[in-house]
Amino acid sequence: MSAVISANGLTKRYKTTLALDNASFQIERGRIVGLIGPNGAGKTTALKAILGLTDFSGALNVLGFDPRKQRDMLMGEVCFIADVAVLPRWIRVREVVDFVAHVHPRFDRSKCEAFLARTKLQPGQRVRQMSKGMVVQLHLALVMAIDASLLILDEPTLGLDILYRKQFYQSLLEDYFDENKTIIVTTHQVEEVEHILTDLMFIRDGKIVLDADMDAIGERFIEVMVNADNAEAARALKPLDEHQVFGKSIFLFDGVGRAQLEALGEIRRPSISDLFVATMKGTYA
Amino acid sequence: MKTSAANTMFWLVKREFWEHRGGFFWAPVITGGIFVLLNIMGIITGEVMGSRNGINLSFGGGQNTMHLLTKALDQKSMDTVGAGLDMVMYSSTMIMGIVLGFVVFFYCLGALYDDRRDRSILFWKSLPISDTSTVLSKVIAATVVAPFITVIVGALTGLLMLLTFAIALSLHGVSVWHLLGLSHPLRVISTMVGSIPLYLLWALPSVGWLLLCSAWARSKPFLWAVVLPVAAGVAIGWFNLLGTLNVSNNWYWRHIAARILGSVFPGGWFSEVGGIGGQDLAEIAASVSLPRAYTVLASPNLWIGVAAAVVMLTGAIWFRRWRDDS
Repeated sequence: MSAVISANGLTKRYKTTLALDNASFQIERGRIVGLIGPNGAGKTTALKAILGLTDFSGALNVLGFDPRKQRDMLMGEVCFIADVAVLPRWIRVREVVDFVAHVHPRFDRSKCEAFLARTKLQPGQRVRQMSKGMVVQLHLALVMAIDASLLILDEPTLGLDILYRKQFYQSLLEDYFDENKTIIVTTHQVEEVEHILTDLMFIRDGKIVLDADMDAIGERFIEVMVNADNAEAARALKPLDEHQVFGKSIFLFDGVGRAQLEALGEIRRPSISDLFVATMKGTYA
Repeated sequence: MKTSAANTMFWLVKREFWEHRGGFFWAPVITGGIFVLLNIMGIITGEVMGSRNGINLSFGGGQNTMHLLTKALDQKSMDTVGAGLDMVMYSSTMIMGIVLGFVVFFYCLGALYDDRRDRSILFWKSLPISDTSTVLSKVIAATVVAPFITVIVGALTGLLMLLTFAIALSLHGVSVWHLLGLSHPLRVISTMVGSIPLYLLWALPSVGWLLLCSAWARSKPFLWAVVLPVAAGVAIGWFNLLGTLNVSNNWYWRHIAARILGSVFPGGWFSEVGGIGGQDLAEIAASVSLPRAYTVLASPNLWIGVAAAVVMLTGAIWFRRWRDDS
């Protein structure tokens, strides 16, 4: 019913490359969508288009706004964290909280201060004195205190250690996300987000090559561990991918019946990273 | 929290001040401090050299009281003394004005470029603030906040200078408080404050050009901002040499190059009303008076500059909106 984003035929051409190639998709309210793709696949361009930071051709509606023409209004309801370390280096914690509190109508100062109290950040501390992890804590505290409908995260945990990364996603899930909010996240650390995603989108060469919710993916994609004697039979079913472990073959199938595969060997749900690698085979070749 | 357009603008300007506290506040304060310090050193040097050489600068010896001295001064010389003291007050602000010019010049060049270079533009652009407000806040910071702080610090430094001279002279028995009564500190301060609107209008073409370069350049905004007008001037000169173009070199350098690069330096508007100067101090002091300065409002050059600035600022806003390189 309520599409937060609907995109139709998004195309963006940089001088020599096609960053978005007629991409179409819909994102519903209350979802956590992982936008996954290899380097240069067009993830950031897609997010920039949604945020009205770049021009493009095609139709795009975000929360009822056209990001090209109504960006100022749109940004009242959208938050984004683009990469770590985009907070200005000269600013102090107290200044940035003050500033956002006075220019953002949906900012809840007490909420932000409560989040900050759980960190080691000091009011007088400047961003340039912080570690990457602390910058992200500050940015997250600001963003989580804004009651926005859509949160966009572009590689939010790049370069952070595992403690900060875990804490980041945990805070998002526990203290921020609810059925009225929507989160879009791009990352290369697929393992860390796969258990929190509700939807998965793979993007390759500017095209959406997979767009499904996690339940559907569990049904569609099945991994089977097959003994050598059944390997030929498995290959006949046209697997997406095959690799060998301890003398057994592991096959990844797309849309083959579960009963049929159970007959061949032990089945299990593939991880997103396996799925990703199989789907993106040959990207850099 | 409620946010109105005026409130947002106030915080945007405040943000500029936070980021550029060094240029906007500390630069004039330090300049003023050095200026006062040098003057005190000069006075002390004078005192020491004077006493070492046995020169007695005392006015007040014997029956020769200040009262008589003042009496001896006719109206004309009293005006001169007052004007001289006023010039003492102006002098510190004039030096700070030059510093202000440099601060505003480099502030404008970096204002829409630095955050693109360090990518913090992505944070600013994640807030519900229009690009028009962002650019206007930078114009206000450059043309109102920076000169206002300079004027306040300049006035305080001027008063400090007057006081310093008063104390130095009083060591020689001159009741300088009376002499100081001949100066017009309030008039001086109101002239400086009153010049801020003129500064805004006069500096706009430079601010517009520099902000446009700042928003447009992919790298090295300084080079673009300076090289383009200089190259154009050289080209015009060359065509003139060949006799194929009928644009005066002089006209170009004065009305285009100087206006888009040099108008951030205060006082440039006096070139439109016949300059600063006169036969004596009193005339010089009068030549910087507000009523005379404001006659520049009748000069089309001022308004053509403002119109050009509006066009360039519109361009800066457009580039701020659509430049996609972070």
